[in-house]
Amino acid sequence: MKNLKMKKEFKVIADLLPKNTRVLDVGCGDGSLMYFLKKEKNIEIRGLELNRDNVQECIYKGLPVIQGNAETELHQFPDQSFDYVVLSQTLQAFYEPEKVLKHLLRIGKSVVISIPNFGYWKVRTKLLFFGKMPVTKTLPNTWYNTPNLHMCTIKDLFNFCDEKNINIKRVVGVNENKTSLIKKSNLEIKNLFSKVGIFLIG
Amino acid sequence: MNIKLENIKKLDVTKPLRLDCGKTISNFPLAYETYGELNENKDNAILVFHALTGDQFITGTNPITNKEGWWITAVGPGKALDTNKYFVICANVIGGCMGSFGPRNINLETKKPYGLDFPVITIKDMVRAQESLIEYLGIKKLLCATGGSMGGMQLLQFCATFPDKTFSAIPIACSSSHSAQNIALNELARQAIMADPVWDNGQYVLKGVQPKNGLAVARMVGHISYLSEKGMQEKFGRKLQEKADYEFSFNADFQVESYLRHQGYAFVERFDANSVLYITRAMDYFDLAKQFKGGLVEAFKNQKTKFLIISFSSDWLYTTKDNKDIVIALNASGADVSYSEIVTDKGHDSFLLNEPEFLKTLKGFIDSMHEKFKNEKRI
Repeated sequence: MKNLKMKKEFKVIADLLPKNTRVLDVGCGDGSLMYFLKKEKNIEIRGLELNRDNVQECIYKGLPVIQGNAETELHQFPDQSFDYVVLSQTLQAFYEPEKVLKHLLRIGKSVVISIPNFGYWKVRTKLLFFGKMPVTKTLPNTWYNTPNLHMCTIKDLFNFCDEKNINIKRVVGVNENKTSLIKKSNLEIKNLFSKVGIFLIG
Repeated sequence: MNIKLENIKKLDVTKPLRLDCGKTISNFPLAYETYGELNENKDNAILVFHALTGDQFITGTNPITNKEGWWITAVGPGKALDTNKYFVICANVIGGCMGSFGPRNINLETKKPYGLDFPVITIKDMVRAQESLIEYLGIKKLLCATGGSMGGMQLLQFCATFPDKTFSAIPIACSSSHSAQNIALNELARQAIMADPVWDNGQYVLKGVQPKNGLAVARMVGHISYLSEKGMQEKFGRKLQEKADYEFSFNADFQVESYLRHQGYAFVERFDANSVLYITRAMDYFDLAKQFKGGLVEAFKNQKTKFLIISFSSDWLYTTKDNKDIVIALNASGADVSYSEIVTDKGHDSFLLNEPEFLKTLKGFIDSMHEKFKNEKRI
């Protein structure tokens, strides 16, 4: 189930990225997105990954990956050295997401970020009716072991970009297998019904 | 050191080689060994650069010392550098003492061994000499080149000097230039040799002797730097060598002392003292950024080679940071680079040992590069 959903998210991300471009996947995991982008879109791909097992997995697949921590090691990538930088469902796990975001915008001409949406109705109702931190398919951890330090909603990230004068090019909401375009006009309703938000910014 | 080097493979390099020091050498021997077979498409050749005290005998039994090859953990049938699949080449560096042109060779002008009249060589000189071997073997482009420690330095130089000679490269536990500490340790080794009266300004070769005491101490210095503090503590601690209590003498009471003495005196049987001077000098002079005035990024400009850098967490000789600096420069130059740090307590020596995670990474990368290289050649 989780795999299927990840694939949907990857598909949306892949659709945002033009063929034959240069892309950095920050927190690339075992390289499934990188593999997909390379194979389907002839994208020149690079990855940055913290987990050793994942790094090895990427190396076995012949995908170029650097073992490192995005929180502290993004400075090594030169300005505008990639057409796109992708950050999939990790922004909320950084100590200083704003700093990381600034780096991403410096390194890439554009940035694709996906976030688990804390504004999704099931998340809201769990907190409202049960008075407990929500545990859902997209947010499977409990409060004490979650890596997510800075949960936000699609609306939060939308407003953040506005405040910081970061250009929003496209926002896509994902719910199961359905995707929809999010704009200022439908932000409230989409913030309620999207599990994941995918932003193309910069 | 009294070894017979008649029956080993040697290439007579006829093409003159102008060394960094300004002198030119020609018609010099380059000793090498190969393992496995070069296939018809010539897409399976791997060049291994050896480290300071290594030689061309990377696996199997070294025919000179009758000991295991120095990289038997990684090279052989079914291993990371699988000799059933790949054609693995290794040459003895010039300045060395396993058959390649070095200070023990006879100077045709004086009819005596060179000793200190041997020209000072650099890492670049070593690498350029080895390029002649690749050419001789008829290999236009290697599948992969690899090497740890000084082998990694040679590899970085090889890629910078010949950007199109290898499809992939795996520099392991190395640095793009020697730090003050690296130079200091090498100087300690050199001073130990030169302080031995038998060394006699490098003239010992004429008398057929070897400054064993100095050379053994030089090797001990090296061995300390190849182990981590934790690794050494775990291996030896304060354990005594086959005795119940202190002897109240200066014999090797502690196991660690006994280990160092053993390593030191085993080394003098197979290695030449002057070669240690020449090779450590070459390492100290190595500074890739200095060669390319724009710095390290400039050195890797227009690289098509696919890199995998590997460092070991407890290596204090060539640290993770040293290795990461190479990664950063490669990244900044837009090169295709992967990086993996292996967690181990075994220090710099890890690349020679049976470190499963390391060997798995090595194998995975080489095999995936082979697939890519075959496809590229097909197109």
